[in-house]
Amino acid sequence: MKRLSRYRRHKAAAPLLLVIALLAIGTTFSVASATVKQSPTTFARSAAIDEGKQLFLKGCSSCHGLNAEGGAIAPSLIGVGAASVDFQVGTGRMPMADMSTQAMRKAPVYNAEQTSALAAYVASLAPGPAIPEDSVLNYERDGNTAEGGELFRNNCAMCHNFAGQGGALTQGKYAPTLMGVEPKHIYEALITGPQSMPVFSDKTITPAEKLSIIKWIKAAEKEPNLGGASLGRVGPVTEGLLGWILGLGLLIGVAVWLATKAR
Amino acid sequence: MSNEIEAIQDPGLPAHVHREADVDPIAEKRAERQVAILFAISALGTLLLIYSYVFVPQDLFIFVPVMGDQNAHQLGLGLGMAISLFFIGMGAIQWARTLMPDTEVVAHRHEFRSPENEREDFVKTVKERAGTAGLGRRSLIKKSLGAALGLSALTPLLLLRDLGPVPSKELEKTSWKSGTRLVTDPGNRPILASDLEVGAVAQVLPAIAEGTERALSDIGKDAVLLIRLRPSDFQLTPEKFAMTHDGIIAFSKICSHMGCAVALYEQQTKHLLCPCHQSTFDVTRGAKVIFGPAARPLPQLDITIDSEGYLIARAPFSEPVGPSFWERNSQ
Amino acid sequence: MTKAEKTLGSVANYVDERTGAAAWMKKNLTKVFPDHWSFMLGEVCLYSFVILLLSGTFLTFWFDPSQREVTYEGTYAPLQGLKMSAAYASTLHISFEVRGGLLMRQIHHWAAIIFMAAIVGHLLRVFFTGAFRKPREFNWILGVGLLTLGIVEGFLGYSLPDDLLSGTGIRIAEAIIQALPVVGSYLAFFAFGGAFPGESFIPRIFTVHVLLLPGAFLALITIHLMLVWYQKHTQFPGPGRTEKNVVGYPLMPTYMAKAGGFFFIVFGVIAFLSAVASINPIWLYGPYTPGQISAGSQPDWYMGWLDGLVRMAPPLETHAFGHTISWNILIPGLIVPGILFTGMALYPFIESWFTGDKREHHLLDRPRNAPNRTALGVMSLTFMMVSLINGGNDIIATHFSMTINQIMWGTRIGIFVLPPLAFIITKRLCLSLQRADRDLVLHGTETGRLLRLAHGEFVEVHAPISAEKAWTLTSHEQLPALELSETDSRGVRRPGGIKNKLRLRLSKAHAVAVPKVSADDLKEIEHH
Repeated sequence: MKRLSRYRRHKAAAPLLLVIALLAIGTTFSVASATVKQSPTTFARSAAIDEGKQLFLKGCSSCHGLNAEGGAIAPSLIGVGAASVDFQVGTGRMPMADMSTQAMRKAPVYNAEQTSALAAYVASLAPGPAIPEDSVLNYERDGNTAEGGELFRNNCAMCHNFAGQGGALTQGKYAPTLMGVEPKHIYEALITGPQSMPVFSDKTITPAEKLSIIKWIKAAEKEPNLGGASLGRVGPVTEGLLGWILGLGLLIGVAVWLATKAR
Repeated sequence: MSNEIEAIQDPGLPAHVHREADVDPIAEKRAERQVAILFAISALGTLLLIYSYVFVPQDLFIFVPVMGDQNAHQLGLGLGMAISLFFIGMGAIQWARTLMPDTEVVAHRHEFRSPENEREDFVKTVKERAGTAGLGRRSLIKKSLGAALGLSALTPLLLLRDLGPVPSKELEKTSWKSGTRLVTDPGNRPILASDLEVGAVAQVLPAIAEGTERALSDIGKDAVLLIRLRPSDFQLTPEKFAMTHDGIIAFSKICSHMGCAVALYEQQTKHLLCPCHQSTFDVTRGAKVIFGPAARPLPQLDITIDSEGYLIARAPFSEPVGPSFWERNSQ
Repeated sequence: MTKAEKTLGSVANYVDERTGAAAWMKKNLTKVFPDHWSFMLGEVCLYSFVILLLSGTFLTFWFDPSQREVTYEGTYAPLQGLKMSAAYASTLHISFEVRGGLLMRQIHHWAAIIFMAAIVGHLLRVFFTGAFRKPREFNWILGVGLLTLGIVEGFLGYSLPDDLLSGTGIRIAEAIIQALPVVGSYLAFFAFGGAFPGESFIPRIFTVHVLLLPGAFLALITIHLMLVWYQKHTQFPGPGRTEKNVVGYPLMPTYMAKAGGFFFIVFGVIAFLSAVASINPIWLYGPYTPGQISAGSQPDWYMGWLDGLVRMAPPLETHAFGHTISWNILIPGLIVPGILFTGMALYPFIESWFTGDKREHHLLDRPRNAPNRTALGVMSLTFMMVSLINGGNDIIATHFSMTINQIMWGTRIGIFVLPPLAFIITKRLCLSLQRADRDLVLHGTETGRLLRLAHGEFVEVHAPISAEKAWTLTSHEQLPALELSETDSRGVRRPGGIKNKLRLRLSKAHAVAVPKVSADDLKEIEHH
């Protein structure tokens, strides 16, 4: 799988990719529905696509167009791939509640089955990045925390902050916090580049390196506070605020007590 | 104004009011007990500190409401120390407030200025003494002393000279040469043009010989950000467009303002943002500054591919990277 | 006589027989210190400085100020196997392997935060109460010097661990040095021993941080305190308090116990902060390399205003004759702070120049009774606050759903508009408070009791205030503005006409006041 994905952007590999994508969707679908353990039949696949299309027409087409060709306020979804759909819908970003701000993480509107149907439908329009399989996502086994930290600081920290807490972008956009994001969704974001985020190609950051990044993020998420309350892990701003309010505040409080005459 | 009108009179120090502990033996005993209790709490704090140091393992974590999981060792040491010190202070202050004399005392102040005659005498003496040295008359001595003192100030400047080399052309050079391959940072893998999808970025450095190490001072000038757009997205001059390859454009990652790494690339707006001072660069227009304090676009690296299809630099940077300096020719 | 008293008595005897200092010591043991909470701010500075010395010494036992590259093999798993400088690795060692090391690191950093905050608090107290006036101008200048040194010392300390955040700070400092016209690149190369970051900078600033600057601090603090001791402390106006006396508690034992106890309070509060709140978690930042950066890279708060000014600067550079001058760095990074700090240091002399007041002052002003000065202080404070807010604009943007562009433009405009506005509002507020004081002295306090007069009208009964209070509210001086004629006694125009005009205008602005109540006013009201 790893070797295959290296040549994913190769023109000749496009049909192959489609098959892989469909296989992946099928697998996810079967896991989600937990009924069929075998590879899905062609019938099941097209049923998922049909169901996805129905969901799409109802919930997405008003912005993305009847054939996902995009519109004035929403991009075309042709060729974005199943991974993109799984990320956007699976993290609740799509459908968007409020068009004025950037799509934010919230409780998903569609359940797992519906999400994979939507993904199957969008993936059927044109080839694009597939949803990574669970076997690919074994970051505990295949990742390296220290290496992941270095990659994170090189490629992610500038937007998501040194501890993955998120940060500001231009014009009110922001890089969201990475705490509590599913590994699959982090992986999908890296390969699809949702919203403001750029794409991180498998050649410049290999799948193994991506797993290292995920492992580091998960380690940062689990890391207990070693030196006291974390103050949001956003650096010196909250530290200064606490120093003035709690530190100097307490000292002035005692000074006032010290200077008042006892009864 | 205030001289002509009669001002309100100073009623003088208010009468001393006795504290409870001054007049009531029971209150006095109570105050004594309070102070002793405060000191005892401090002693307990020190015990907590000793216990935490000796018995609490460094990898034990406990859940504390509001604060989350906390390292028990660190928290015990810190709280123990805080309690032990804070309550010594509280005890001492409470002792002073309740039991030590609290009658306000008046001390007199004298004007700092000496009596007129004494001061005049002093000023006169200074003038006389200065006169005997002939400071005013002997201008040759004065001038030569000034020159000597001024010259001697050169000594420390001279002695500090060997702190570092002169910059010569160091600030204007990077490791990028014609034909240098672009490799990933970290990883040092060469990059094919086809490795980058539209919308992809990569942090790159110049390839180095096998087995050699990069100096941080090289990274500080060589770091480059690769971005792939659709060629139709660019609004570049023909020369700048010729420096791109198939939609891939390369900029120095070192901010032209103060040298932070500019790598916040927004795929949709195609803007680069520097997290230090929020200078914003428009990638489609050759990293033109569209917001913030930076005054120059990020230098663009001329790239192409070699015979094997790997991305290489066609030419070194045509201008110095990083923040401005006096010798920089920016025209 | 108890045993303790006897022992202390013999000690006193022993000391005098060897120094002959009996008279001097006796005088100083009964030295009087006025009591007010705001007088403790200076002590917070002094005590946190002592705590900084103690905790800093502890840290030097393990800290390795070297930029030599090492591979981390300590206990913190997420960094194991990474290449980093010895400075960073040894800071990790202090944090994770030395028991109590992390606590001491946090104490050192929190003490620095409190030290700087208390210096600013102390400075504001001295400014707003006019404690800097003759004869204390020199001590004011020492204070401004200490504040400046504190900013530099704090920045160097923040830079020492060589983590990603501190490296970014050094990078910016290097850019400021490099931006100096003519000599910039040379100075930068000398300071860094070559190209940035090199391997010399951290060992060098370590020496400055632990030896040179603490030495300078000790010297300046000693002179600062000796002057306070010698000139005696100022006091707030009140009954029995005059320019010729000082009212308070004697050094031994009351003030000794209070001030000594307060040292432990300061240490305790700093230890408490260090126990419950993480500060500068360098293991999360990672080691420094110039190609990396974190979102929301900020300096500590006392440098934040400077960073905010740099952020809001316009993109100005002069390119001419093959040279570059970076106004976008020089103006916010050097010129504006230079003007601000010079103006601050010279303010006592400026004020005495335009008021023409060359007398000694030991009684403090209530801020409302010097409306012009108070307004000027609030104006400067507003300037600093606007800059500081912009220094944290990215954090504010994400936490309060704003955009960095809005905050940036808001502060770019606000830095010009808000300080003058703050001046006007503060001055009016001060005058209103003076008016309220006047009313209070004339009519007393409202009791809330209503009285029905014979003809049916209701009036509220006012209780007269105490003589003490009346005195406190009216004891301040109200000096008239300077009167300088444009010509001298012979009818010849004075030289420096513009300077004189400016002086007169400032003097006039400074003398604006609501006339305070006189005894005559009170008598008049009694007749009604």
